[in-house]
Amino acid sequence: MTTHNDDHAEGPSRRKVLECMTWAGTGVLWTVAGGVPASLGIIDEAVAAEQKGFTFLQISDSHMGFDKPANPNVKSTLEEAIARVQALPAKPSFMIHTGDISHLSKASEFDEAENIIARARLDVHYVPGEHDFIDPEQKLYRERYGRGTKGAGWYSFDANGVHFIGLVNVVDLKAGGLGNLGAEQLEWLEDDVKERSASQPIVVFAHIPLWTVYPAWGWGTEDSARALGHLKRFGSVTVLNGHIHQVMQKVEGNVTFHTARSTAFPQPAPGTAPSPGPMKVPADKLRSMLGIARVTFKQNEQRLAIIDTPLQG
Amino acid sequence: MIIGMKKLLLSTVPAVAVIAILTAAPAGAEETQVKIDNFTFSPQQLTVKSGATVTWINQDDIPHVVVSDVRQFKSNALDTDDKFSFTFSTPGIYKYFCALHPHMTGIIVVQAATGSNAPR
Repeated sequence: MTTHNDDHAEGPSRRKVLECMTWAGTGVLWTVAGGVPASLGIIDEAVAAEQKGFTFLQISDSHMGFDKPANPNVKSTLEEAIARVQALPAKPSFMIHTGDISHLSKASEFDEAENIIARARLDVHYVPGEHDFIDPEQKLYRERYGRGTKGAGWYSFDANGVHFIGLVNVVDLKAGGLGNLGAEQLEWLEDDVKERSASQPIVVFAHIPLWTVYPAWGWGTEDSARALGHLKRFGSVTVLNGHIHQVMQKVEGNVTFHTARSTAFPQPAPGTAPSPGPMKVPADKLRSMLGIARVTFKQNEQRLAIIDTPLQG
Repeated sequence: MIIGMKKLLLSTVPAVAVIAILTAAPAGAEETQVKIDNFTFSPQQLTVKSGATVTWINQDDIPHVVVSDVRQFKSNALDTDDKFSFTFSTPGIYKYFCALHPHMTGIIVVQAATGSNAPR
């Protein structure tokens, strides 16, 4: 099963910047000029060349507390990821964490992750993963990261003219189903974007993919079509997700979907294993499959440039 | 005389014993297991008699949470090797799923205990 979307992009222009792509290799910098993607070569050159524009980071799935063979030391790989952040030549504006901060929603796990992430000295905007709502009363995540949010933890904010929307699609899950946003959150979303100009760039972030990556493994969100419907009129929408522990990207009309690598352990590509569980790889390969993503917004460019950087390679 | 009484006693004992067994049968007699591995409940459908205790054991390398569709039972987070047990006293069909990975589903079918002394 692949992520190839049907070719029915609507809108006045049928330019398609990228067809579906699955990124499996080392970091390649893509930027978009005039709607046409151009590869700028390896990371270091690209970093030097690329200047203006406001940049933020996406990290995901730190799973603090996981200790099985796929990665017995998730603390160390998260530290390495944050070290990479600290080493970036130009400091990003902030970081987004797309959930599964902890593995079992234990206070010690949240504490440990927070201590490491704090070393980046950046504001961090979180959304929860299903692993962050495991404590019996489902309150530990909200106690830490729920301030100023609504419902299970959704919210929005503006930065550098871009409107950011954090959604929660990991609660009230139904048997046999996928991720779930729910009526209350969808109504809030509709209201949140109602008065905004269609030319304001939108970035939506949530844990489980907001497009159907692979339903047999629960990789999708039941009611995401309604959410995307509320965003249809906007000229630039970027959707950032986690949960699947690998990079996948899809462009459909004005919407760019992107999932990030985990900093903890990789998971198999859809359909290539009996289940979506942690994937054990040779030790010297592990870090090439973990990483962070850097997203850059350049004025007057429709698509944000997303660069996935592995921990190694 | 004494021998005669002994014979009488011996002939009544088996009947009493049989009655005792029949009334004791439905109470917690079976223990049955559902294994969780590779994001799958095995067996996906399990049939037990009412009064049985089903034990889920997580052999996967990721935690799972067993929850009934109508919230009749719910486990804590089960990490690798953790177990959760529930005793089904009422016959019926109990659908359940994993609260973390809802595409994982299972069914416990609880049949009425058999035997003429079985409670209704």
